[in-house]
Amino acid sequence: MKTLYLLRMFYRELRRQRKRISLTIFALAWGTFSIVILLAFGEGLNRQMKIANQGLGTGIVIVSGGQTSIPYKGLGKGRQILLRKEDVELLKNKVPGIKYISPEGDRYANTLTLGRKSFTERVIGVSPSFEEMRTYYPQRGSRFINPVDLQNKRRVVFLGTEIARRLFENEKPVGKTIMINAIPFLVIGVMQDKIQNSMYNGPDVDKAAIPYSTYQTIYGDEYIQRFIYMPEDIARTSAIKDAVYKALAAKHKFDPKDSQALRTWDTIEDEELFDKIFLGIQIFMGIIGGLTLIVAGVGVTNIMYVSAKKRTKEIGIKMALGAKKRYVLFQFVSEALMIALIGGAVGILLSFLTVGLFKALPLEGDVADLMAHPVISADIMFLTAMILGVIGFLAGLFPARKAASLRPVEALRYE
Amino acid sequence: MNDEENGMIRLNEISKVYGTGEVKVEALKWIDLEIKKNEFIGLIGPSGSGKSTLMNIMGCLDTPSSGEYYFEDINVESFNHNKLAEIRNERIGFVFQNFNLLPYATAFENVELPMLFMGVKTKTRKERTMKLLDKVGLAKRARHKPNELSGGEMQRVAIARSLANNPSLILADEPTGNLDTQSGDEILAIFQDLWYQGHTIVVITHNPNISGRAQRVVKLKDGSIENNGA
Repeated sequence: MKTLYLLRMFYRELRRQRKRISLTIFALAWGTFSIVILLAFGEGLNRQMKIANQGLGTGIVIVSGGQTSIPYKGLGKGRQILLRKEDVELLKNKVPGIKYISPEGDRYANTLTLGRKSFTERVIGVSPSFEEMRTYYPQRGSRFINPVDLQNKRRVVFLGTEIARRLFENEKPVGKTIMINAIPFLVIGVMQDKIQNSMYNGPDVDKAAIPYSTYQTIYGDEYIQRFIYMPEDIARTSAIKDAVYKALAAKHKFDPKDSQALRTWDTIEDEELFDKIFLGIQIFMGIIGGLTLIVAGVGVTNIMYVSAKKRTKEIGIKMALGAKKRYVLFQFVSEALMIALIGGAVGILLSFLTVGLFKALPLEGDVADLMAHPVISADIMFLTAMILGVIGFLAGLFPARKAASLRPVEALRYE
Repeated sequence: MNDEENGMIRLNEISKVYGTGEVKVEALKWIDLEIKKNEFIGLIGPSGSGKSTLMNIMGCLDTPSSGEYYFEDINVESFNHNKLAEIRNERIGFVFQNFNLLPYATAFENVELPMLFMGVKTKTRKERTMKLLDKVGLAKRARHKPNELSGGEMQRVAIARSLANNPSLILADEPTGNLDTQSGDEILAIFQDLWYQGHTIVVITHNPNISGRAQRVVKLKDGSIENNGA
């Protein structure tokens, strides 16, 4: 009976004080929303950057020839080191712990033709393991270069996403024949779209890959531009790098201590650096989130505090009419809880709607790739709503408790 | 009937001091006053004479600095917060100069409030609320909010509210202070009716007509009783 009448009074006053209550709910919802959205976009950016970082491939080492800077065994410095296909075979046999290795021949200004359409693009000659190392993943219903292609020097081509789009537009490329420098090639696969924030000689989506054997046959190149390998165990990268350097130094007769003889790009080192940057971003976001939470908390506190203060007279009237302290407190507590609950829920709902909207928008371009993929963190969302709720609750409770502890005459005097 | 059973209020050497330290204001000094059941007391005196302070103490809205206050022969000092709330709820009805109605609630809801605090069943409560509003001539105004009512009407709502739990004592602090002469007279007439019906009534007022209506006029001056009218 008692609880029932308390609930009835509560409901009645909720209806009466819509403006104040909706204001508080708005403050709570907005606070929750700002933090959740801020962190969602931050986390989205973080993830997209990580994905973009993986565009080049992770855990790989890219090696190309350089110039000697130290005279060695009677050979002067400034000698150019040119890599060959045989070097790759040598390393395969001599250096243990290499999981994949692939040569890469690389030519620009090739004419790719389909019907009347013709473009000038870069063509690379590679091995099947290139797929895994450099994330040349095929779209559904297509494939990358396989060992049989390589062995038989097949004239097959794997197209970068962008080339395929420009050549074929809405048609399906797989199974069609295109001309590369007037030589017919069968399209066997198209790359899955990818974002890539580190690259050499342009993004992968603008390249066409053919088997290295075919490449060599057509272009007759004696040298390869570079080779790429992936250690089995990332922890052993540095040892393997040394072994590779030494093996090639012996072969090409340069000082193994000559750091200029070969140019080595170790993406594993890069990744460690990037991890630090990501951590930095996360700390930054955490600080901003925390500050926003404080700002939102101050807003909620203000509204709750002022409204509880403003109602001191009302509390006085009720106490004069015989309301007990627990009734006054129950009223404030249940009101604050209700407001916190609704405010949090509205904030969460708004966040989901906004994130959903962003994902549904057909945004394109480099910036959209990085920015338009917000990721909501459920933990942060509920934590934020809860913290704001508790702050608002306490901010309302204390003045109410104080008012309810006054002698009624004091509360009545409050204007 | 002996005096013990007949006593409504007994004040023994009640004092009230406001402020602490150097600046002290003695609002009430050694007040001795006895009010019997079914008395109609007019409490008069110039501003600052301690009338409201006295009424607040009698209504258990405030506590005296010293002295003893017996309400229906029980020393109020022994009551806790909740017990005092109960006394105010069930035994005392208040009418204030500035009405003290809840602004967001209708006349009906305002009158209903003390019964809600007491836990009166819905049906009884609704019936009684309408009856009380009818009694003060505002049955038709039940759904109106205070800002839609005139001063006289608001005060009548407040009177209906003070009667909600049929209290033995009705305390009115300047009930006519914010009203024009005619409305004021109407309000005083209602108090007189209530007195006839058996309520004990204490009215603080400046209204000179009170002396004609009240049974006894108590005059305060500078926190002391100048004339207890007995």
